[in-house]
Amino acid sequence: MTTTVTEPVEDTAAAAVHAQALGKRYRNKWALRECTFDLPAGRVAALVGANGAGKTTLMSVLAGLLDADEGSAGTSGRVAFVSQEKPVYRHFTAADMLRLGAHLNVVWDQARAVRWLDRFEIPLDKACGKLSGGQQAQVAFALAIGSRPTVLMLDEPLANLDPLARREVTAELLGEVEETGMTVLLSTHVVAELGGVADYLLLLAHGRLLAGGDLDELLARHVTYLGPRSDTPPALGEVVEARHRGNQSTFLVKLPEGQPRPVVAGQWTERPVTLEDYVLAQLAATRKGLGA
Amino acid sequence: MEFRIDRSSGLPAYLQLVRQVREALRLGWLEPGDRLPTVRDVVAGSGVNANTVLKAYRELELSGLVEARQGSGTFVKAGLGSTDPEVMNALRSRLAVWVREAREAGLDAEDIDALVRSVLAVDGDRAAAGGAGGQTNEGEGVAVR
Repeated sequence: MTTTVTEPVEDTAAAAVHAQALGKRYRNKWALRECTFDLPAGRVAALVGANGAGKTTLMSVLAGLLDADEGSAGTSGRVAFVSQEKPVYRHFTAADMLRLGAHLNVVWDQARAVRWLDRFEIPLDKACGKLSGGQQAQVAFALAIGSRPTVLMLDEPLANLDPLARREVTAELLGEVEETGMTVLLSTHVVAELGGVADYLLLLAHGRLLAGGDLDELLARHVTYLGPRSDTPPALGEVVEARHRGNQSTFLVKLPEGQPRPVVAGQWTERPVTLEDYVLAQLAATRKGLGA
Repeated sequence: MEFRIDRSSGLPAYLQLVRQVREALRLGWLEPGDRLPTVRDVVAGSGVNANTVLKAYRELELSGLVEARQGSGTFVKAGLGSTDPEVMNALRSRLAVWVREAREAGLDAEDIDALVRSVLAVDGDRAAAGGAGGQTNEGEGVAVR
């Protein structure tokens, strides 16, 4: 985990994280390209995408650990970043790690860090190397929380945690957000557990941003139609995904903006689109379409 | 009260909260004057984002069911189910006749449920299109008991 102090974003006052045509290349392969978004302050954003889509690269660039090859990025205030490995020093106890945090950070809230460890019953006096993987992750989280960041970035925070711990970490994290007003950007594969947790979505595929914006608005603009076999959906819109099985067809459609929701009747039924439906359809579409 | 979020539901989380408050009002668990749980309590108890809770409370406030009092919380202003009991009974008995007809036509509970939903959806769309900026897209589910 690292805390970096970056230059405040100038013109976009409400944006906590800002990226403009951001690009990052490894040798001659672009890991990230033309990535533009403004994440408003106080949001909990989910960064979603297939393996190798560029999620970690994007976070590393935003955290200031990697230099961009193109474009620009900015974050407001202090940034804390917990990488996927949840790094801790093996021979340090949790208490030592907090002492380190207190020395390395400009701002440090010892009580907050200790409270996190207490909450998850992490022994303070045991060497981190002797803690389980899940417990080590909690030490890394405590350190990030203790640094009182304005923007907290977490790379796959829920990986390697059991379902109960995932739920507890999420709830605790959202509690911290509520108390401090910090902005969170977290990458995850566990899309099904994001409902009500994240309120903003950044969807990456092949290093490009496929979609970004308020989660509820994004999903409300999409609909699933089920009906008799057909080449076209029963209402106008951009077909994100079409499936045909036997004599039944399913369409996931992006509705045209600024128009009332179409009414479908007869043999067609419509279903709201869940985040999981949406993400899976988008990922499937890019895999078939672009293929890098 | 405790909120539960069904993450596999296509209904946005904030609308699930709105629906649960309305249900609590309908069932009498919440009454005018009662205080809704604080945003912090809901966040801690149900693992939902504070923005989601605020959005739900704002929606309830817009529909006139609750009011936010500066510094002291969000309170229930009006009750639900204020429909005249006689009207309620009349609607119910007509529905019972209709359900019997549907049964005689060979529909089972599931068919009836689907039919009611499809009519509601069309009717809801008509109401939304007709009303001046009608903003509730909640689509109340109907349980056939």
